[in-house]
Amino acid sequence: MGIRQIASAAALALLAVTAAGCGGGGSSAGNPKELVYWASNQGTSLDHDRRVLEPRLAEFTRQTGIKVKLEVIGWPDLLNRILAATTSGEGPDVLNIGNTWSASLQATGALLPFDDATLAKVGGKDRFLGPCLAATGAEGKPPTAVPLYGQAYGLYYNKKLFREAGIEKPPATWSELVDIGKRLTRPGRWGLTLQAGQVTENAHHAAILGAQHGARFFDGTKPTLASDPAANAIKQYLDLMQVHKIVNPGNAEYTDTAKSLKDLADGRAAMFMNQASAGSFQAVGMKMEDLGVAPIPMPDRFPPGGRKVNSFVAGINLAVFADTGNRDGALKFVRFMTSTEQQVALNKAYGSLPTVKDAYADPAFQTEHAKVFQQVLSGTAEPMPQVPQESQFETAVGTAMKTMFADIAAGQTVDAATIKGRLAQADQQLAAGG
Amino acid sequence: MTTLVDQPPAAPAAGARPPRRRVRARRRRIALPYLLLLPALALELLVHIVPMLVGIAMSFRKLTQFYIRNWSAAPNAGLGNYRVVLDLDSAVGRELLHSFGVTVAFTVVSVGAAWLLGTAAAVLMQPVFRGRGLLRAFFLVPYALPMYAAVITWAFMLQRDTGLVNGLLGLDGPDAPFWLIGGNSFWSLVVVSVWRTWPFAFLIVMAGLQNIPQDLYEAAALDGAGWWRRFRSVTQPLLRPVNQVLLLVLFLWTFNDFNTPYVLFGESAPREASLISVHIYQSSFVTWNFGLGSAMSVLLLLFLLLVTAGYLAVASRRRRVDA
Repeated sequence: MGIRQIASAAALALLAVTAAGCGGGGSSAGNPKELVYWASNQGTSLDHDRRVLEPRLAEFTRQTGIKVKLEVIGWPDLLNRILAATTSGEGPDVLNIGNTWSASLQATGALLPFDDATLAKVGGKDRFLGPCLAATGAEGKPPTAVPLYGQAYGLYYNKKLFREAGIEKPPATWSELVDIGKRLTRPGRWGLTLQAGQVTENAHHAAILGAQHGARFFDGTKPTLASDPAANAIKQYLDLMQVHKIVNPGNAEYTDTAKSLKDLADGRAAMFMNQASAGSFQAVGMKMEDLGVAPIPMPDRFPPGGRKVNSFVAGINLAVFADTGNRDGALKFVRFMTSTEQQVALNKAYGSLPTVKDAYADPAFQTEHAKVFQQVLSGTAEPMPQVPQESQFETAVGTAMKTMFADIAAGQTVDAATIKGRLAQADQQLAAGG
Repeated sequence: MTTLVDQPPAAPAAGARPPRRRVRARRRRIALPYLLLLPALALELLVHIVPMLVGIAMSFRKLTQFYIRNWSAAPNAGLGNYRVVLDLDSAVGRELLHSFGVTVAFTVVSVGAAWLLGTAAAVLMQPVFRGRGLLRAFFLVPYALPMYAAVITWAFMLQRDTGLVNGLLGLDGPDAPFWLIGGNSFWSLVVVSVWRTWPFAFLIVMAGLQNIPQDLYEAAALDGAGWWRRFRSVTQPLLRPVNQVLLLVLFLWTFNDFNTPYVLFGESAPREASLISVHIYQSSFVTWNFGLGSAMSVLLLLFLLLVTAGYLAVASRRRRVDA
């Protein structure tokens, strides 16, 4: 066996390998009686999710005879798993996506577009809550998914601390929030807690405050992050720690929700802006009768162009993988999961909001907390920019804010010019990526 | 294996055609080693070479989220990705250069400290004393612990408000230092990295020490050489081949380390501790631009190849000069 033979053997092996890599395509291998479903982590643990979902899936199997193979995937992995599935064509039939990823994933072409005919198969467009449906992909294109769980931001507060300080109602404007925050801040306790080290949370607040200041982060699909309104919005957020000192500088290290939840539960912080999370509060030992929630404050006076927004349309969408071998079954499953009955059961279990109008008649969504979130979601929530570069936008802006919080915690001063410089840098990064 | 190859061919049967048979046997003898190598070669191709070539091919394409479903449709970028990455006037290029600088500093400090600690411990553990085996095993604990669990524990300990480190140092309240953000984060990363890698250096140097004949030390002692002199003139020269490999391996591991910073800081490291591996991950996976990420990876590969080749060249020349 000479060099040439070895080379040809190697080439052959290579060919075999690559051919194997390119093969495949379908997901449930075309079996009409089976579906693979990737669920995101909505409960307090992956196990909790399985306990919530399994009875629902059994019900679906009973109705249709289609078996559903469930995999619950944690947030740190979900997007990478979806990207890998997109690249290889080997993925689930039906999957949950964070609704902010809609336009980005839409651009990959990996998900089945819900044109009017497809939407009709799952019950029609009009059943869904308008704002939720607006967060399912780029404007003017058929939705890339349908909304499954609705979420919105609210201002959680510790009623006991408020009572003790003689504060009767939660703040409605930012100056009230700063004022109350200062009154409640004392050694060992802070007025407000922020997940200042968390990239996506930072980006979400930049978007919410940005809307109040009149910022537009994209002009069409062109990134325009470095604007004065955007810089002012981010400055206002940073100043909660930097100028008003109602946020513990230690929050610059907070990279997950758990620590902020715990601070509020233990009375080390009085207020926390978060998505509906009663279940998680309970899990960290919050006395539930002390937990209050109100909409995130609005400006005292709107700057020119400012929009009346205090949340983005958060939530989870349900998508069908374009390569599915069982499209019919997949659409039946989508119809099932968005049916009024399942919407009530699922959202009740998770503490999220139904995405179909009919479900709100259920008493579970008539509680004080649910009504606050519901009003925010249907009235003053705006979708995150529905552009393919949304996830790059969150990373760039969120990371810049995380860095600036770290600078503030270290005692440096971050002024509007610095912020605008960082945003200009983020613009360049996005432009290089696009 | 050798016995198999060297086995004489079976005794020729009467009436057979011996010359042709002998040719075939010889051919078989030549082919066998290659045949035995083939599975390893195929796997090596599959695991290392092919992904590397794919990575290089990706770096010449504009492989963004629009094309990941069908790579072949990604437009040709030519040298575009490299131009972006190497353009020091742009944010992307500047950040990459910064990250490269941080990584070089981190590698030099971390490898130096791990090597120093490992050698010191190995030399001190060389004489026989009670409890030596126990101590040696104890030193290997960081190396044996699951990486993720160990680094997560460090992350907890380094928290400012609730961490063990500030607690032990008695630093509390608003003036307590941060370890996971800001300038200190670099040193936190170095400490965790050294903690993780020094047992490896210890293990290798310890193994190397076992090969140094004891009589050399005895002879040196008779000549009146003190402890330091024996270390400099006997231990160090005889450990040189071991150290050469050890330093190279430590360098490559540390320079490429992804797990430590990723677990310690999460998916976006502070600027002061932004190692190049995490930076590349961010540029490709988090921002979905695999072409740009691949271009950075290829540059990193070239740099590491250059350093390794240079290092090996210098090392082998020194060996020749010494010999």
